[in-house]
Amino acid sequence: MYKYDEIDQSLVDERVAQYRDQTKRYLAGELSEEEFRPLRLQNGLYIQRHAPMLRIAVPYGMLSSRQLHKLADIASQYDKAYGHFSTRQNMQLNWPLLADVPDILAELAKVEMHAIQTSGNCIRNITTDQFAGVAPDEVVDPRAMAEVMRQWSTFHPEFALLPRKFKIAVSGTKNDRAIVQAHDIGMEFYLDSHQKLAIKVWVGGGLGRTPILGTVIREHLEWQHALTYCEAIVRVYNLHGRRDNAYKARIKILVKALGIDEFKHQVEEEWAHLKDAPNTITEAELARVAQHFEPMPYEALAHHDATYDAAIASNPAFAAWAKRSLHAHKIPGYRSVTLSLKTHGQAPGDASSEQMHAVADLAAQYSFAELRVSHEQNLILADVKLSDTYALWEKARAQGLASPNIGLLTDIICCPGGDFCSLANAKSIPIAQAIQMQFDNLDYLHDIGELELNISGCMNACGHHHIGHIGILGIDKDGSEWYQVTLGGSQGNNASLGTVIGPSFSAEEMPQVIEKLISVYLAQRNGEERFIDTVRRLGVAPFKAQVYADKNTAKAGVIA
Amino acid sequence: MSHLITLQANGAQIGEDLWQLVTLPASQQEVRKQAGKIVLFKLTGEQTVTPEQMANTVIPSSGKIILPLTVFIARHAQLQARIANQEIGVCLDTHESLADLSQAQADLNALPIIAVYVERFADGRIFTLGNLLRTRYGYKNELRAVGDVLRDQLFFLKRSGFTSFAMRTDRSATEAIASLSDFSQPYQGAVDEARPAFRRYNR
Repeated sequence: MYKYDEIDQSLVDERVAQYRDQTKRYLAGELSEEEFRPLRLQNGLYIQRHAPMLRIAVPYGMLSSRQLHKLADIASQYDKAYGHFSTRQNMQLNWPLLADVPDILAELAKVEMHAIQTSGNCIRNITTDQFAGVAPDEVVDPRAMAEVMRQWSTFHPEFALLPRKFKIAVSGTKNDRAIVQAHDIGMEFYLDSHQKLAIKVWVGGGLGRTPILGTVIREHLEWQHALTYCEAIVRVYNLHGRRDNAYKARIKILVKALGIDEFKHQVEEEWAHLKDAPNTITEAELARVAQHFEPMPYEALAHHDATYDAAIASNPAFAAWAKRSLHAHKIPGYRSVTLSLKTHGQAPGDASSEQMHAVADLAAQYSFAELRVSHEQNLILADVKLSDTYALWEKARAQGLASPNIGLLTDIICCPGGDFCSLANAKSIPIAQAIQMQFDNLDYLHDIGELELNISGCMNACGHHHIGHIGILGIDKDGSEWYQVTLGGSQGNNASLGTVIGPSFSAEEMPQVIEKLISVYLAQRNGEERFIDTVRRLGVAPFKAQVYADKNTAKAGVIA
Repeated sequence: MSHLITLQANGAQIGEDLWQLVTLPASQQEVRKQAGKIVLFKLTGEQTVTPEQMANTVIPSSGKIILPLTVFIARHAQLQARIANQEIGVCLDTHESLADLSQAQADLNALPIIAVYVERFADGRIFTLGNLLRTRYGYKNELRAVGDVLRDQLFFLKRSGFTSFAMRTDRSATEAIASLSDFSQPYQGAVDEARPAFRRYNR
């Protein structure tokens, strides 16, 4: 993974000093709340329900064992010995003290980490596929370009105070796993007809209050121009995006208001001036960064491993885990392994300091001392030998990191919700926990098969509820918490936004609502058909009918 | 004490302000709120200047003055002698158009100063305007940030081509100077240094 040189290190060190001074001035009353707000936000510090929340950047989801050990230590020393991995591949601390944050940043800087631009109205952490560099369907490893873009976006002077937050995702696979269509800018890297690295650029996607999938603004962009083209897009947005209404300030609203053709026209006009400017990426720079992402020193292994096959045959628990948690790898004899942060009854995405130390050790032992955070809020060891998977499983299981539920109903994506977040309308973690307890039978869970259930505690959609096969959105009705259900959303190449099935439910009703949706699916599915495919085939009507059947009877009873 | 920071060859200094900023009188017109309708292009919520405001603007008859863009354009013909005498500068609001300015005044470098007024410090359009004035319109003279100008935006303003900063008067301008050099080796190319780190250093 990328290693800092003196320039990188000086920037994070200077940032610590700058933020220490800003915090000092705020605490001394020299900076008002309003003036300090964007400064702390651009350092990932929110003021939350109970305490500040600090969001630490994990650029494109990559961590070293050393970094994860440091995160675990920071969580122990400055927080309640746990952290929360977010849907944007970052890590959040829920209980730090505002006055401690400069010290936390100084600790992070020691392991080449920071919290720069993890919040605020600026370009945020650039996200990508958690299997970048190892996925068999990968055409281009997008990590070097993601790092080049991270550096470009860090303290970009022109884009320091945009109308609203700005999220960029990059991917380099046939099957999109970075949800490029749900980002302000999505960059899909591919090899063009001349086998040259090129980019398909999407713009104006985003979830939140007004979910919109992005539109292609340019089918073919040579990689050298990635930065200048983004500058053209962000410049048009910076000048013309709305600043009078935060709910209408994202670039997607501008793109819709102008229409993609007019927006594209303006971007291209701007780019005509910026093209070939010094920010054009050089071959040498891409090569310099790419050397940090060279393939690991893999051993030459057979496709199969006898000890692994034997363990699968003799140990059903291991087999159930392996089926869900091991992912194909481009090198024979290797697998990527997902460690589940979705143990039933635990807040999705949370990891204790002890677990973080354990994962860091496992990564050091089995996966070249590196790991990744997925947007599904799990941790991934990307390069594990097939012959090591059994030993890894036993150790992970001892730490509660081996729930065999990856990609299943209880692998729930969930925001921190009303328990922590001051933006939330409703709690989300207790809903996730209640559903996990309802579906605690593993055989049943595996029988239901692949299903993505996403929960957000408010319309800001940090839990990506619009693109869940089942989405749950917490809403506030007259001061009490209710939950709206959507069906048919999905990520990937055929990304779609879910449809609301009807009136919302109370928290107590939610596990039964999910149970009813599942019962319709199980009764109606054709063979191995996945839940999402059944929903797409039948539409929401039969699901809706079943879920609201009792409610309608009840209402009819009242009328009678 | 002056709150004007100016970049000099030998570093930033606090100096006397030789320019008088002429402001528009308050508008008497009722503010009409937009009712949540989809935004029209370029309509980002700002009020346009009324003809009365422009007519009622008092322009001092001598001395170095900075005029609001609308007044500068409306009275351009009368101002020729003073422009030639290097007495006139222009101030843009962040929603105003550089194209309008350059249409009225083809040779921007005849103006010794251009200011951009930022009503709220969080309005980042000022950075793009500075950048465009320097890189697109070739403006070479003093470029000043005025309005809600605070210490923690100085680094970005400097990198966006601004060379003087009329700091908000309730804060120390002396202390603010330090923030101009918050970062010593920025990654990306910008106005003050067009080369990104990968072109400046052999990394």
